Amino acid sequence: MSTVTVPTMDISGTAPTPFLRLVRVEARKAYDTRAGFWLLVSTALLCAIVMVIQMAIGVSQDDVFLSYNSFLTSTNFSIAILLPVIGIMLLTSEWSQRTAMVSFSLEPRRPRVIVAKLVVGLVLAVIAVVIALLLATICNALYSVLSDDPTVWNASVAHTAGFLLLQVVGMLTGFAFAALLLNTPAAIVIYMVYSFVLPGLFELGAQLMDWFDKIRPWIDFNYAQGPLVDATMTGKDWAYFATSGFIWLVVPLVIGFSRVLRAEVK
Amino acid sequence: MIEVVGLTRKYGSFTAVDDVSFVCQPGRVTGFLGPNGAGKTTTMRVMVGLTPATAGRVTIGGHVYQDIPNPGRHVGVLLDASAQHAGRTGREILEIGARTMGLPDSRIDEMIELVSLTPQEAKRRLRNYSLGMKQRLGIAHALLGDPSVLILDEPANGLDPAGIRWMRGLLRGYAERGGTVLLSSHLLHEVEQIADEMILIGNGRIVAQGDKKTLLAGAAKGIATTFVTALDNPALAAALSAKGITVASAGDGLRVEAEAVEVGRTALEATVVLTDLRSADGGLEDLFLELTADTQRETVV
Repeated sequence: MSTVTVPTMDISGTAPTPFLRLVRVEARKAYDTRAGFWLLVSTALLCAIVMVIQMAIGVSQDDVFLSYNSFLTSTNFSIAILLPVIGIMLLTSEWSQRTAMVSFSLEPRRPRVIVAKLVVGLVLAVIAVVIALLLATICNALYSVLSDDPTVWNASVAHTAGFLLLQVVGMLTGFAFAALLLNTPAAIVIYMVYSFVLPGLFELGAQLMDWFDKIRPWIDFNYAQGPLVDATMTGKDWAYFATSGFIWLVVPLVIGFSRVLRAEVK
Repeated sequence: MIEVVGLTRKYGSFTAVDDVSFVCQPGRVTGFLGPNGAGKTTTMRVMVGLTPATAGRVTIGGHVYQDIPNPGRHVGVLLDASAQHAGRTGREILEIGARTMGLPDSRIDEMIELVSLTPQEAKRRLRNYSLGMKQRLGIAHALLGDPSVLILDEPANGLDPAGIRWMRGLLRGYAERGGTVLLSSHLLHEVEQIADEMILIGNGRIVAQGDKKTLLAGAAKGIATTFVTALDNPALAAALSAKGITVASAGDGLRVEAEAVEVGRTALEATVVLTDLRSADGGLEDLFLELTADTQRETVV
């Protein structure tokens, strides 16, 4: 075989795919299917619906007092649940639909594709936060008109920053579980267990066992995110946040990343 | 242009590709032929970096695939026409490819036209495509970046006879303009009509390679067989037998263990009128089945 001369290909004239172009393509892939499009639209709609219901209750019930921040907190039942699902779908749909074969043939430097997806996830989280802030402003303004209660505009930089960080962390956690499992239903189920079942178990363990109560803040990421909501993070809280975040966010993200990079794409 | 050297891929104790080496030259269509599960797809997947090799290497134009910048502009790949999002339209799939490679939108329309998909079909979602339409779309996707190398896994699968002829013409023209084509198939006639060069693989090992002539010459160790029908079959049979040639009756005519030219000469000498004379052209197919006999699921009789 060595006697055969194989002509070489001149690749010097070709520029590598710019990273921003990959980000734009990945962003397009997030909304160019019905599933993706409606997931994004329903996230925004759900955010609005929950706030409107909350406002209706506030207006009709005399003993309920609402503020700008209470409207923002209602996103616990909308974007806080769906953003991680968006983060999951960004990655796992490439596997369930087998498009990873095409994506990774067109850009065989896989970390660039994955990071482009991550950037899209972060951008979507920021957009969701902007929508939520706008909706909360509108709802609080309407509430002050419709109800007799005093209007409270208790927005602060710390609150807003904490809110943004919470949503970004939610998105990243979904993305991390997705990278770890590479399977949509499995990643969603695990995420739901992590965010709805696990806190209860941690709480139970903390009630029953003294020693567990002591280590819980260090390992319970949901618990550590609590003070972010009220913008009451202390130095110790940040230590809890960093430690538990390392366990639940950084570790799955790193393992998931290395898995995607080495995985045989079928 | 494509050079595979000592390529091996193992899955645990199973060896899918076993020390495979071959070269695909520009301006030629190379057919990669083998029964199901012979290792064709795995070899092609290693070429584009989707599957890591256990040993050996593949270079395309002297480069490892991962080192080629914007590889879609140099290497067109179609490994599985169904591996696209079922909810995207054909056009959208091409658009994503074109955007990734940084191509103008006009290129998308050109490719849709080239593979004879109508604009209406291009607007349909992939889940409503037949396999043949998916193949056309996949070929359009592979050609988007105007690559100089094409790697196609079973591209004729699902195409109707007219589609297969169309693809043959397309790839022929592509190779004549200097392109390198590697296409796989498990169907011999698909490959033998289009390929200049054939690589026969079975059980992960290359069992034969070369052009059709070389392959047949290598296989011609057996005795040539000819089918002949004459107005007077018994007379012809007698004349052939007199020369010591083995004759047996087969259908309306005779099966003769000799070259067609020898049978014709005998007929002339015996003044017997022939109505049909042809060599048993199963040569390549026999060779293919024989070479891959160990790996066939059905035993060849």
